[in-house]
Amino acid sequence: MNYSVAFKTLLVKEIRRFTRIWPQTLLPPAITTALYFLIFGKLIGDRIGTVHGETYMDYIVPGIILMSVISHSYSNVVSSFYSTKFQHHIEELLVAPVPNGVILAGYVCGGIARGILVGCVVAGISMLFTDIPVHHWDVAIAVFVLTSTLFALAGFINAVFADSFDDISIIPNFVLTPLSYLGGVFYSVTMLPGIWQTIALGNPILYMINAFRYGLLGVSDVNIELAFAITAGFIVLLTAASLLLLHKGIGIKN
Amino acid sequence: MKALSIKQLKKTYNNGFEALKGINLEVESGDFFALLGPNGAGKSTLIGIISSLVTKSSGSVEVFGYDLDKNNERAKSCIGLVPQEINFNQFETVRNVVLNQAGYYGIPRKQAVQRTETCLKQMDLWDKRDSVSRRLSGGMKRRLMIARAMVHSPRLLILDEPTAGVDIEIRRAMWQMMKEVNAQGTTIILTTHYLEEAESLCRSIAIINNGQIIEKSAMNSLLGRIHTEHFVLDITQPLTHAPLIEGYQIELAGNRTLNVAVPKSQGLNPLFQQLTAQGVAVSSLKNKSNRLEQLFIDLVQ
Repeated sequence: MNYSVAFKTLLVKEIRRFTRIWPQTLLPPAITTALYFLIFGKLIGDRIGTVHGETYMDYIVPGIILMSVISHSYSNVVSSFYSTKFQHHIEELLVAPVPNGVILAGYVCGGIARGILVGCVVAGISMLFTDIPVHHWDVAIAVFVLTSTLFALAGFINAVFADSFDDISIIPNFVLTPLSYLGGVFYSVTMLPGIWQTIALGNPILYMINAFRYGLLGVSDVNIELAFAITAGFIVLLTAASLLLLHKGIGIKN
Repeated sequence: MKALSIKQLKKTYNNGFEALKGINLEVESGDFFALLGPNGAGKSTLIGIISSLVTKSSGSVEVFGYDLDKNNERAKSCIGLVPQEINFNQFETVRNVVLNQAGYYGIPRKQAVQRTETCLKQMDLWDKRDSVSRRLSGGMKRRLMIARAMVHSPRLLILDEPTAGVDIEIRRAMWQMMKEVNAQGTTIILTTHYLEEAESLCRSIAIINNGQIIEKSAMNSLLGRIHTEHFVLDITQPLTHAPLIEGYQIELAGNRTLNVAVPKSQGLNPLFQQLTAQGVAVSSLKNKSNRLEQLFIDLVQ
């Protein structure tokens, strides 16, 4: 059986889906982040001064890029896979000889593709406001892709359990967005008082944002190896959970 | 070679409902097989398990010798499913619905494009290939699902009420298509509530009721068990009471219509002779109900 054809079919279908509806998927992050850069970076940032030796505009760029990657990788998979369930065309995949791993890879890679594309759009917008010389390309690209992978997997699990359109908006609105904002997008964790600094270190998104910031700016609040270990650990865990859910048919089969 | 071999298949849903109670069923390769049963009898659950949409509780299913548990992907490759409900992506174009399905079956792109064209032309949908699928009429949507199920040239085609809700012209065209597909060697399992459809198309039949197979035989042998046929006779002159003819049960169903129960042993000739002798002229004759329909009702009641 030629699984690469099935994978390619699924991936192309996913990419076509989010590019076909680009006013919903690609345009809003460009406008929102342009406003972030303008208001927080330029208007307010000029009065804040520097953080870890970087201008405030430069300091927030990595976090805003990665926040977009997180949100769009997640929402692409959760909305696409839930719609597939809702419209019952998940059955097209279930009746076909497509292994669970290929189904998962197709949806997750679709999420990664959107995350990366949106990340590149946001990075492009940031270049209108500032010019960041990238310190560690390898670290930046690795964090970019791994973070996208992790949240695409999380979106998949959310979609598997979702029974209504409400269920696919709860996690992004009430978990992901707060954790992203509290993950050091706009500030250094060292600026937080005592106990809050310790609590903030329990937020996995903080590690990813700081690792990405290290890749772009060369500065970080956390250990980079630890950040990679946490991200990779979550990817392994969520991949195993996703495959188990598919194998058992939870949320998909009767 | 058995196209399908099911042994002791059971399914109990999470709410405790026992949909299948140990089904045993075999379908020969090349057969045109009717799977009939009243609503809620277990037909959809059975088809769902065969096509991997429903998880079985116990038992085994083999498709052309491939066990659904041990050789899942090979077994799936043999099956094409046309489900009861519309289940394609309504935002995709007609061509992409079929092309994507070909891709899921591992058919390389160039070959998939050719197969898609063939199947869409066969279903008379080629002119609609670039239309968004949700804009198709009900009949076209059903034909699209058949084209999609055929794209990987399955050896076993399962049609779950494929003609439900389509007009008679399209239904007859679909019957013709099913006959042609079967004549080319594809085994077909058909579920339908139109019993004349099953009677005219299928060579074998199984009737399922309350999660169990209550009848399985060749269509001819099942129909051969009918002892009495019911006819409606239109007569030229009005009558006030039904004629009395020995050996026949006759009722007046309107002053120009007679309902007649004809025992197979008697036949129609003596009836017409007696009616003529009594001065009753018959202008037309038709079956009161489909023969299979009568048997079906007797079996499931």
